[in-house]
Amino acid sequence: MTDRDLVLKSFALRRRMLRLIYEAGAGHTGGGLSCLDILNILYNRVLKITPETVADPLRDRYVQSKGHCVEALYAVMSDRGYFPDADLDTVCHYRSYYVGHPTRKIRGMEMNTGALGHGLPICLGMALAAKMDGATTRVFTLLGDGELAEGSNWEAAMAAAHHKLDNLVAILDHNTLQITGHTRDVLSNEPLDEKWRAFGWEVRTVDGHDYAALTAALTTPPPAGKPLFILANTVKGKGVGFMENVGKWHHGVPSEAELAQALSELTAAEQKVREASV
Amino acid sequence: MSAPAPSMFSPAANAMIQQLGLKKGRANLEEFADTLQALATADRNLIAVTSDSRGSGKLAPFGKALPKQIVEVGIAEQNLVGITAGLAACGKKAFGVSPSCFLTARSLEQIKNDVCYSNVPAVLVGISSGVSYGALGSTHHSLHDLAVLRAINNVTILVPADNIETREAIRYAAKATRPVFVRFGKAAMFDVTPAGAVFEAGKAITIREGTDVAFIANGETVVHAVLAAAHLAAGGISARVLSLHTVKPLDTAAILAAGRECRAVITVEEHMVAGGVGEAVASTLLQAGLAPRFKMVGFPDEDTVTGAQADLFRHYGISMEGLSATATALLRRS
Repeated sequence: MTDRDLVLKSFALRRRMLRLIYEAGAGHTGGGLSCLDILNILYNRVLKITPETVADPLRDRYVQSKGHCVEALYAVMSDRGYFPDADLDTVCHYRSYYVGHPTRKIRGMEMNTGALGHGLPICLGMALAAKMDGATTRVFTLLGDGELAEGSNWEAAMAAAHHKLDNLVAILDHNTLQITGHTRDVLSNEPLDEKWRAFGWEVRTVDGHDYAALTAALTTPPPAGKPLFILANTVKGKGVGFMENVGKWHHGVPSEAELAQALSELTAAEQKVREASV
Repeated sequence: MSAPAPSMFSPAANAMIQQLGLKKGRANLEEFADTLQALATADRNLIAVTSDSRGSGKLAPFGKALPKQIVEVGIAEQNLVGITAGLAACGKKAFGVSPSCFLTARSLEQIKNDVCYSNVPAVLVGISSGVSYGALGSTHHSLHDLAVLRAINNVTILVPADNIETREAIRYAAKATRPVFVRFGKAAMFDVTPAGAVFEAGKAITIREGTDVAFIANGETVVHAVLAAAHLAAGGISARVLSLHTVKPLDTAAILAAGRECRAVITVEEHMVAGGVGEAVASTLLQAGLAPRFKMVGFPDEDTVTGAQADLFRHYGISMEGLSATATALLRRS
C-alpha cells in the first residue's frame, strides 16, 4: 500500500473508531486519534503478522502498553481482518471479550494491558526470547507520554540497553496531554530524546502523523545492539478540529451531533486528499 | 559481629526429632536451586530470571553452568515479573526468582496483570519467604504474600514443607501451563513427607492420622506440627497432620474430612492469619456446615516482634510446645 492508500484508509479507521466509542458509550477518544496513524502503519506495513500467522512463533509482536487506546487498535485490527467488524458492536457489552483494554481472548492480541508501565518490561521478555532463539522477530510497544511517569518504564529502559535488544522498538505517542492536563504541568518529563539516548537507546524523532517519516523510522534498523525509541510527536484528537488538543476528549464520548460533525469533517478531509493527489 | 543463631528446636523437640528418626535435609532453597538446574540442563527453554538475587536464590552455579539460560535484570522486581511474563508468552519456561517480600509486594500489579490475567505459564518463586530473614525486620518479611495471591484469579500457590515437596513442586511448576507461585524459606528442613506419598498439586499430604485434633499446616511450620502430634500422642491425644502444600486450589476434601473426623482443627502458617491458610480452611469448614473447635496459629495483625525466625516461631507459638499447648487447651475447653 502506498502512503496515499494508507492516509485514505486512516479516515475510514478514524470514523470507525469514533462510531465504536459513540455506540459503546465509552472510550479514549483523544489518545485513540493521536496513535491511530502509528497503528495503521504498524499493522498494514511494518509488523510481520497477519490474521493467519497469529500463532506463528516467529511472528513480530505488538503490545499496546497504553492499553486504554484500545478502540483505535480494534478499528485497525478488524479492518485488517483479525476479527469481524460486527464484533465491535459488542465493545463494553455484558459477556463481550471486547472490554476497554486489550485482552488475549481476542485474536491477535498478545497481552492483557491497561495498567500503565507494563508493556515495555513484557516486550523485553519477548525480545529476549527471540534473541535466545536466534529469531528475526521484532517486538514493538506503544507508550503514552503521561505513562512515562511509571518507574517500571525506566527499569526496562535500562535493562533493554544492557541486554542489547536491537529487536525492540518503543514508540512514544507524544501527544503531550494526559487526563489532568498538559504532561509538562502534571509531571514534566522533558527532554525525552536526551533521556532515552542517555539510557542507551537509538532515538528517532518524527511527526507521528507523517506516513513516510514514520515508516522510515520504523523500518530502518537501529545500530547493532541498540534498542530503538521513536519519539512520535502527535496531536491528541488528531483529525477532528474540535477535539484536537482539548483535554476533555481524553475520554470524552461524542454526542450524536458531535459524532455527526466529526464524521463529516473526516469525510471532507478525505475528499480533499482524494482530489489533491489524483 | 552477629548474634549466634538461636535454635529452632528446644531440647525436648530435638529429642522428639531423634525419637521419630526424622532425617535432616537441607534448605528448601538449595533443593530448589539444584532441581531447577537439573531441569534446565535437560530443557534449554527453561530460563531463570533474577533481580540481583542469584546469590540469595543459590543460583550462582546455575548461572555458571547455563549462562544463556539466566537473565539478570538488576534490582528491579517490576521489570523482573514483566520480563518473566514476556518470556513465558513466547514459549519459554520462565522462572522469576526473587525474595518473596519484594516479589509479591513491589511487583504485585505485574503478577496480577502480566502473569495471572494474561494467563501465561510463568513461574514466580518467592525465596526466603515468611520470616526467613527474621532479624532483618519487617521490610524483609512476607507475611502477606499468600493473602494477596489468594485474592488474584488464576495462580496455583505452592508452599512446600520439606525437600521432597520442594523438588516435586518445582517439577510440577516446570510442566504447568498456567501461572504458578512457589514460596519457601532458607532454613534446613527435616524430611516429613511419608515414604510413598505422592505429591499432587491441590492434594494435601497426610503425614499422620489422628482423630482428636487436626493440624493443617504448610511450609516450614509443618515439622513443628509433626513434633506436636507426637508429643500429644504421649499424652493420649490423637493428632492428625496435613501438609497443605497447595494453598490454591485448596484441597477441600481433605479439610472437610479433618473437620468431620476430628474434634478440633488447628491451622499453622508462617503468614499473617488475616487472609492466610487459616481463613481459607475456616471458610471451607463453615460453608460446609462444619464447626469443629478451631484455632488459627500464625502471625497476628501487629507490629511483628523482632528476632530471628526461630525466635518469632517460638514467640507466636509455632513450636512443638506451643502447638501442643494450643491443642490441649482447645480440646479441654468445655
